[in-house]
Amino acid sequence: MSQTLIQKILSRASGKSEVKVGEIVTCDVDIAMILDSGGPRKIWPRLKNLGVGVFDPEKVIVVADHFVPAADPQSAAILKLTRDFVKNYNIKHFYDMEGICHVIMAENGHLQPGLFCCGGDSHSTMGGAFGCYMAGFGAIEMTGVVVTGKIWSVVMDTIKVNWEGSFSRGVTAKDIMLFLAKKLGMENAFKAVEFGGSTVKNMSMQERMVLTNMAAELGAETGLIAPDKTTLEAIRLAGVEPQTNALSWKSDDDASFCETHNFNAENLLPQVAAPHKPSNSASAEQFEQENIKIDQAYIGACVGGKLNDLHMVARVLKGKSVSPKTRLLVAPSSKKIMAQAASDGTLEIITNAGGIILPSGCGACAGLGAGVIAEKEVCISSTNRNFQGRMGSKDSFVYLASPYTVAASAVAGKIIDPRELI
Amino acid sequence: MKEKIIRGKAWVFGDEINSDVMAPGIYFKESMDVMASHCLEAIDPLFAKEVKPGDIVVAGRNFGVGSAREQAALAFKELKVGAIIAKSYARIFYRNALNFGLPALVYNSTSEIKPKDELLIDPVKGELKNLTTKIHINVSPIPEHLMDMISSGGLMPFLRKKIDDGEIKVRKE
Ligand code: SF4
Repeated sequence: MSQTLIQKILSRASGKSEVKVGEIVTCDVDIAMILDSGGPRKIWPRLKNLGVGVFDPEKVIVVADHFVPAADPQSAAILKLTRDFVKNYNIKHFYDMEGICHVIMAENGHLQPGLFCCGGDSHSTMGGAFGCYMAGFGAIEMTGVVVTGKIWSVVMDTIKVNWEGSFSRGVTAKDIMLFLAKKLGMENAFKAVEFGGSTVKNMSMQERMVLTNMAAELGAETGLIAPDKTTLEAIRLAGVEPQTNALSWKSDDDASFCETHNFNAENLLPQVAAPHKPSNSASAEQFEQENIKIDQAYIGACVGGKLNDLHMVARVLKGKSVSPKTRLLVAPSSKKIMAQAASDGTLEIITNAGGIILPSGCGACAGLGAGVIAEKEVCISSTNRNFQGRMGSKDSFVYLASPYTVAASAVAGKIIDPRELI
Repeated sequence: MKEKIIRGKAWVFGDEINSDVMAPGIYFKESMDVMASHCLEAIDPLFAKEVKPGDIVVAGRNFGVGSAREQAALAFKELKVGAIIAKSYARIFYRNALNFGLPALVYNSTSEIKPKDELLIDPVKGELKNLTTKIHINVSPIPEHLMDMISSGGLMPFLRKKIDDGEIKVRKE
């Protein structure tokens, strides 16, 4: 029987030669990633209650990223508890204030094609850029994973999304996802989305990770991209040797998908999603005509604060300044990215233009740290989700866009099409 | 879900109600009762204040879309909501709700239920009676492979039982 990539991964993880769509399987978990926000503080009391430990201290990865750096005594207590948990259970891989979990997983070589990984965060789908299964689960379910090393899954159908051709100027992977949120809707539960086509082939890993990250916005179980040379290079760059069979993790040529969509990247324009849903998207050109003034522009999150995102910001800001009517906040996704952007001059361009650099972490993305907004304030953001109240006051407004569009809007003081400035 | 039959008043919501309005990030550091007191306040400020134990949340498509935060499902549990019926669920919310032993059932035409209607649900049989309008409706029951877990009261009691019975191997603390 021909199988999709996700079927192959689920077969291996459940110890079967093949699996059928709709079948319920129990999978062995290769990596369980838990975070300060819904990790130890929720899971530890439950482990104590059951009187058990973690199934494998080498396979449980802990990242402190949501509440860092502590801005109040409650956050400090949550972080302390996270550190104590790591000591208590001898957790081998702990990333404390190193950056946002999904980026950390990639930077440190934890992701390999074919793996079955669970994360305590909905954007865990980002890991699928490496050709593995990685999906998000709540802390209650992660408790089960951390105790047993197993989880149930429905074998899911795959939606295949192909993009062909090259982007026109000022268009990015982020624009693809804002476009797709509208096109495919946000309700694709218990389905995987596999991205392919020449556009995706030509993307760097950082761009591919935007696609799989925002598969979460499509409501999908996960997003996946079959590994190729670019994938293997990224794994090596992270200091790990790819498994010898790495490139075999791909859908069979005659595998069947529940839906196939073909798009042409050349026709795509920069996109913006209006409050309060990522699927409220249209071209930036259209939003520009509405003359939407912004109080804040935010660059950050797992999806939108990577090195290439900061490079896009610098490309727009070089020789210009942030409008005095607004403020630009920039939170690089990880400490390593911060260091790279500092040494290659990117941060200098941003700060010279009047941008403010924030620590690496989830920060304002989910309303947890520095950069939240007040009632009636409007923010344009390179993050992935703009639900009501996510970035602060429940009566504030967040527009989503690519780093180009966010930076260009910061210069203009209102939402604009970035192509004028690059 | 120890007691089988659930009876309560309907609280009716629309499509795509997201996790962030169920459990707003700005209350993440607070205790669960504080968090729950803000559940859905952005769309219905009276809900968390007036919902009674056993009341039933009725919603449209893709209920719980968004974040993995278990507080979204746990808030309803904290408010002692008896069950949720929705046209469809976001997957993490659905899994979280069932793991907390909170029945999350699927029902296609929630338009037959109006706010404050008195409902009676048998989640095992998949039956719903609208006592106000006297309409009987079929809802899809809890999936079979999760029945054991749900009837133990959720994932934690289920794990406890499995560990005590020696059915799953665990590392001791
Ligand atoms: S940056 Fe935002 S989307 Fe990414 S893991 Fe943190 S809170 Fe979630």
